[in-house]
Amino acid sequence: MTVNNRPGVLNRITGLFTKRHYNIESITVGHTEIEGISRMTFVVNVEDERTAEQITKQLNKQIDVLKVNDITDQAIVARELALIKVAVNSTVRQEIYTLIEPFRASVVDVSRDSLVVQVTGEPEKIEALIDLLKPYGIKEVARTGTTAFTRGAQKNAVSYKTPFII
Amino acid sequence: MAKMKVEEQRKQRTKMSGALMLIEALKAEKVEVIFGYPGGAVLPIYDKLYDSGLFHVLTRHEQGAIHAAEGYARISGKPGVVIATSGPGATNIVTGLTDAMMDSIPLVVFTGQVASNVIGSDAFQEADVLGITMPITKHSYQVRDIQELPKIIKEAFHIATTGRPGPVLIDIPKDMTTAEGEFDYEQDVHLPGYQPTVHPNHLQIRKLVEAVSQAKKPVILAGAGVLHANASHELRQYAEQQNIPVIHTLLGLGGFPANHPLFLGMAGMHGTYTANMALYECDLLINIGARFDDRVTGNLKYFAPNATVAHIDIDPAEIGKNVPTKIPIVSDAKEALKELIHQDGKRPDITAWLAQLAEWKTNYPLAYQNDAQTVKPQKLIEMIYELTNGEAVVTTDVGQHQMWTAQYYKFNRPHRWVTSGGLGTMGFGLPAAIGAQLADKHATVVSIVGDAGFQMTLQELSVIQELNLPIKVVIVNNQSLGMVRQWQEIFYDKRYSHSLVPNQPDFVKLAEAYNIKAFRAKTEEEAKEVLKQAFSLSEPVLLDFHVKADENVYPMVAPGKGLHEMVGVKPCDESLQ
Repeated sequence: MTVNNRPGVLNRITGLFTKRHYNIESITVGHTEIEGISRMTFVVNVEDERTAEQITKQLNKQIDVLKVNDITDQAIVARELALIKVAVNSTVRQEIYTLIEPFRASVVDVSRDSLVVQVTGEPEKIEALIDLLKPYGIKEVARTGTTAFTRGAQKNAVSYKTPFII
Repeated sequence: MAKMKVEEQRKQRTKMSGALMLIEALKAEKVEVIFGYPGGAVLPIYDKLYDSGLFHVLTRHEQGAIHAAEGYARISGKPGVVIATSGPGATNIVTGLTDAMMDSIPLVVFTGQVASNVIGSDAFQEADVLGITMPITKHSYQVRDIQELPKIIKEAFHIATTGRPGPVLIDIPKDMTTAEGEFDYEQDVHLPGYQPTVHPNHLQIRKLVEAVSQAKKPVILAGAGVLHANASHELRQYAEQQNIPVIHTLLGLGGFPANHPLFLGMAGMHGTYTANMALYECDLLINIGARFDDRVTGNLKYFAPNATVAHIDIDPAEIGKNVPTKIPIVSDAKEALKELIHQDGKRPDITAWLAQLAEWKTNYPLAYQNDAQTVKPQKLIEMIYELTNGEAVVTTDVGQHQMWTAQYYKFNRPHRWVTSGGLGTMGFGLPAAIGAQLADKHATVVSIVGDAGFQMTLQELSVIQELNLPIKVVIVNNQSLGMVRQWQEIFYDKRYSHSLVPNQPDFVKLAEAYNIKAFRAKTEEEAKEVLKQAFSLSEPVLLDFHVKADENVYPMVAPGKGLHEMVGVKPCDESLQ
């Protein structure tokens, strides 16, 4: 979804979700290539197609909303970044380095009793890594939420698992 | 060259203050009347208003101002303009904004705000008005740069009056009203995120024409969208061309003449038997500018169960919101109707359907048992209808008196009916009548209110007297919160919790304190007499009718029931006993 970057616009959008009783799973907001226009990516769980349609229509009614695109069923590139602080001691530190390698994650901070893993990818991948790290003791997790694009070519569009992304 | 000339012109423009810009913009928009209330944050605006030549009505409460603006907008078709100060001034208009939002009434509302440098510091009379009003306005602005003010005002008028109309709020920090800038009001409105679809899609129109030609039991449900689009004439033309019966929502009343043979009455909780049964039995439902409100549909499970639903609406979000729709048509009602008339499709054969409807109309009309020893509220409305030849502008609050008015005042003309539908606001009718009278100075304006709602905004009697507006204020006085009392009687075992209000002021004396003529009536004979007297006077009159206090509104679709499960269809119906 693209919006005019005006004061209060995020408030307008999230207020709309609250008013209409829709739950937001995640939001990401940032500038686009055009000055004054921001992109927002929402992940929303909905029960049916009709609700998804209704959300799209209500968002479209906002004057500052320029374009709403429901990309749930499109071929998309979806990425999220997570920082995971794991409790460690000298015996397991190396083990974690090995463990995160297939995830192409990296360690961005190390201290005596913890380290911070940074991982980027689709939400499922991040979930998987968190699950793997859980036994070591996760101290904190910070996730950005999903941001996404439709792919340049839409030929082999498959139904994306996350219920509703705009 | 041309560009240079424009630049030069711009340079020549003298600078002016934000307050003066506001005045100039209102003049450019040809605003005839402003409803407002001054206060600290809007002092610079009121100073410029002082000798501006603009007509300003000082209501006695900001809620009165915004409801008056709604009444004005509803009758004139132009946006209502309101000015309120910051903090409490602004929060006092919250009900009116919500009311206008629900009923799609175009308003441009200016609120004062504390100066930019103290915003966020909990300054005196500061309130986060933008935050408070975001969900109850079509759009809102806070002025942060004086140079943007003209553009903002221009956009506000555009947004309020186009597409699905609604209220737009402009919050102006005090320093913005004194800051100076160039006033350029010639610029075009450019809003890439706001492009309402006005013309219907031809393919969809074809689908509807096809559906109509094959329908056996078609019906039109027409809402206020028809009135906002000024499409009454087209609605009638189309209904007659295709021979399709018409039902109105509460807010749509007057869009189609009530005395027309194809009219079935109002639908919904207190609608006519014929209208509700027609909605239940129809095989094609054409919704034009109505939003399938729950008070209209009853339990959705039983709503038009056998019908193909077509929905014409300028707001795409209304289509399919409550009722699954086979033929969606996003369009202005007038444009869609014009196109449908132009297509001149095959008229459906609906002889049997019309016969069925006629039978219902004859057998189950709106009815009540009269009792001349008291004033029956239904009889009261009928008397007002007869005295005004059905031509009056009628405003109401919400509740029993509103339903009786909707049932028994037969609106044959559009734009005569001002009521709070979606929000159901008590205290709406009296101030709305002020706006309505100012919008149509020659109209007979009757404000029909309950004794409870009247007491919520009665201070506006002062305005009626001051401007000598010949409004007839009719209090349907049952010494109770009538609709609450009715529900408690039916659904709460007659446990009248805080709904009986026998302790009330002498309304006649009260009106006299405001220098307004007033009469009281307790029997039908007295009612007849005082009504005649009141309507012969070209000055404001207040009428206090002590109606039969335990009278209920029927027929009724109980909450959770389908439209076909009406009770109280006949006055002797056993379910009433």
